Amino acid sequence: MTVLGNTALSFTEEQAMLLDVARDFCRDKSPLSTVREHLESGPGFDAGLWREIAELGWCGISLPESCGGSGLGVGALVPVLEAMGRAMLTTPLLSTALAGQLLLRAAGQERAESWLADIAAGSAATVAWLEGGDWGDPAIHSTVDAGGALSGQKRFVVDAGVAALILVPVMQGDEPALALLRRENLPDGALTPNVLIDQTRRSANLHLDGISVDPADIVTGPQVERALADTRLLGALLVAAEAAGSAGACLDTVVEYLKTRKQFGKLIGSYQALKHPCVDILLGLDDARSFIYHAATLVHDGPLDADAEIACRMAKAQACEVLSYAGDRAVQFHGGMGFTWECDAQLYIRRAQWSQQQFGDPQHHRKRLATLLLD
Amino acid sequence: MSTSEQQLQEFRAEVSAWLQANNPPDPGFLLPQTFMEVGDERQLDFLREWQHKVWSAGYLGMAWPREYGGGGMDPAFQSVVDQEMRRHNVPICFNVIGLGWAGPLIKDIGTHEQKARYLKNILSAEDIWCQGFSEPEHGSDLGNAQTRAVRDGDEYVINGQKIWTTMGNFARYMILLARTNPEAERKYDGLSFFLSPMDVPGVDTRPIRKITGEYGFTETFFTDARIPADCLMGEEGEGWRIAMQTLQYERGAEAGAAGGLSMIRVTVDDMIQGLQGVRRDGEPVLRDPVVRDQVVRAIMEEKAMVLGARRAGVGPLTTDYPGSLPLSSKLRLSESTRRMRQLAINLQGAEGGLYVGDAQARQGGFWQRAYFNSFSATIGGGTSQVQANIVAEHILGLPK
Repeated sequence: MTVLGNTALSFTEEQAMLLDVARDFCRDKSPLSTVREHLESGPGFDAGLWREIAELGWCGISLPESCGGSGLGVGALVPVLEAMGRAMLTTPLLSTALAGQLLLRAAGQERAESWLADIAAGSAATVAWLEGGDWGDPAIHSTVDAGGALSGQKRFVVDAGVAALILVPVMQGDEPALALLRRENLPDGALTPNVLIDQTRRSANLHLDGISVDPADIVTGPQVERALADTRLLGALLVAAEAAGSAGACLDTVVEYLKTRKQFGKLIGSYQALKHPCVDILLGLDDARSFIYHAATLVHDGPLDADAEIACRMAKAQACEVLSYAGDRAVQFHGGMGFTWECDAQLYIRRAQWSQQQFGDPQHHRKRLATLLLD
Repeated sequence: MSTSEQQLQEFRAEVSAWLQANNPPDPGFLLPQTFMEVGDERQLDFLREWQHKVWSAGYLGMAWPREYGGGGMDPAFQSVVDQEMRRHNVPICFNVIGLGWAGPLIKDIGTHEQKARYLKNILSAEDIWCQGFSEPEHGSDLGNAQTRAVRDGDEYVINGQKIWTTMGNFARYMILLARTNPEAERKYDGLSFFLSPMDVPGVDTRPIRKITGEYGFTETFFTDARIPADCLMGEEGEGWRIAMQTLQYERGAEAGAAGGLSMIRVTVDDMIQGLQGVRRDGEPVLRDPVVRDQVVRAIMEEKAMVLGARRAGVGPLTTDYPGSLPLSSKLRLSESTRRMRQLAINLQGAEGGLYVGDAQARQGGFWQRAYFNSFSATIGGGTSQVQANIVAEHILGLPK
């Protein structure tokens, strides 16, 4: 036995096709000029484009066919998110896909069918993961009582402003439960938008006090806790896929600049002090892509096993390390230009900081990997 | 030739049993992990005996022709042996330049006479071979080799100097790259390739003491050394092409090499194993949170290489920077290896300060020596810095 464990990596024809289609689509629909147009807009994305994405079927890629999905499994989201990350195209897809996974895992296909059908059809959804700033603390303090009255506060709820459905982890007595909060049950003032370092994102704090849900919209049972844990891992994987895509685009941007910018009569890309860090980014990126597609091979609809957990955590740790490094060097290597708003390096360095913390930073995951691998 | 899976499976069991029964006991001194680390007669004798034993049992050169000491079999059998040798962690088959460079070349393009003279003795470890490519002034620039070979009747007269000759002091023959035509338009076209005897007057070797304190390489000086003209492989001026041809055998028995385990791979598992019993802050070292983070990083580096090799075989996942995985693999592997070995010493606490020769050194100072030796891979065959330039220029398209 070796500590390297499972090293499977396979890529289906469907995934290859998805990657191809998704790359072309994202490149055509989301040049950086378009990304920039939405930085300071309200929702942060183009509603028409979101409808197109829904029509492509991406919201239901990983959902069962009986719910209007394609049944390709959660791994099929990886190439799509990587392509979106590469184009810096942010939509509620990541949040929506995770909400779908959580519903599927916590409530089961039958019970959640109508919710899942809405999601597959492109109705945005999200999960209110955090109460404090600590991804490492899964404790839930918000509550729901027997009548469906919620209390407590959630923070950093991604895409809360546009979600038709927010899945809210709460305690019902001693048991974790999932309150399905419909947009129409959300009173004015329940959401306080956050100002985010990554301007392609939107999130908000959610004040639960005074909000109620229909008691029929509360999912309980012993499977809820496991569903929450597994979906968090999937969240880490999907953010990793997106981060790997962004890191690739960031490297392209830097390399392009180094090939055209002259200083002291020479193309600056000929200097080893700039060349070698680019190679470090390339190697880190190659590793990140190997990890995300390894993880995509191991995740599936059932409860995730230890191999899949290890794979998701490694993917997240590696992809965010390399994106942070790439974004950082992108600013530096653009010189004075890099210090400006106008330079695209800012998009990547900001994305890096946001992605890094989402679902736990590299230290968080390596700490858990140590337990999985060394104890 | 096609061999059934079942035949190979049965053969694997047979080899495994043989290796288990014949794996030599610990000789009480550190064995080389690569053929570049054979520093003294003790190690030489031990490894010579081991290789001879492997060959005698029919497990080396299995795909080489029977009339020249080989087994005349499907190379798939040799691949099975090589895999099993790695799994059983047996000593290396150390005559690497013979088994993996000179031998397959002679087998493929040599005359019957050359094959008869050299091949069997390569397999049996009777004749040790070395390689004379690098020169002191042209470390990474082989094509610029300046050692001269001048035809004089039935002989060539060699003058010049080679460096990093592995086992130069033990070798009977050298594959030698020398310049026969200094006037050639392209520097590569002036080179020729020789199977050159080491025991003629005018060939002198001076052992190089390595950073480890051990020996393993020599400098080799040619002063009017006369070698028979039939030492020439191919024609004059074909030296560069032939030298490049020798590189293709690196891929193992399936590519024509004789086979045999050529190096002991040291893995992160070995590092973790080696830390048993080491304490830090009064606790097992692997309980320390900072150490754990570092060890996980090392595991990830190694795992990424395995996964990368798999991903390199998936076309749609290699379209961004085509060739990046294979072209960076030497850089990635050698640097990762160096970092891991450095970490392994660092984690030993005060014992990390001991060295080979101290009775209390952890694993006989294995990691200390392994760390120093790891620089042979980050420097030899093109330094990591040159490798990074190659990747930057060929894969990223950055200017020279």
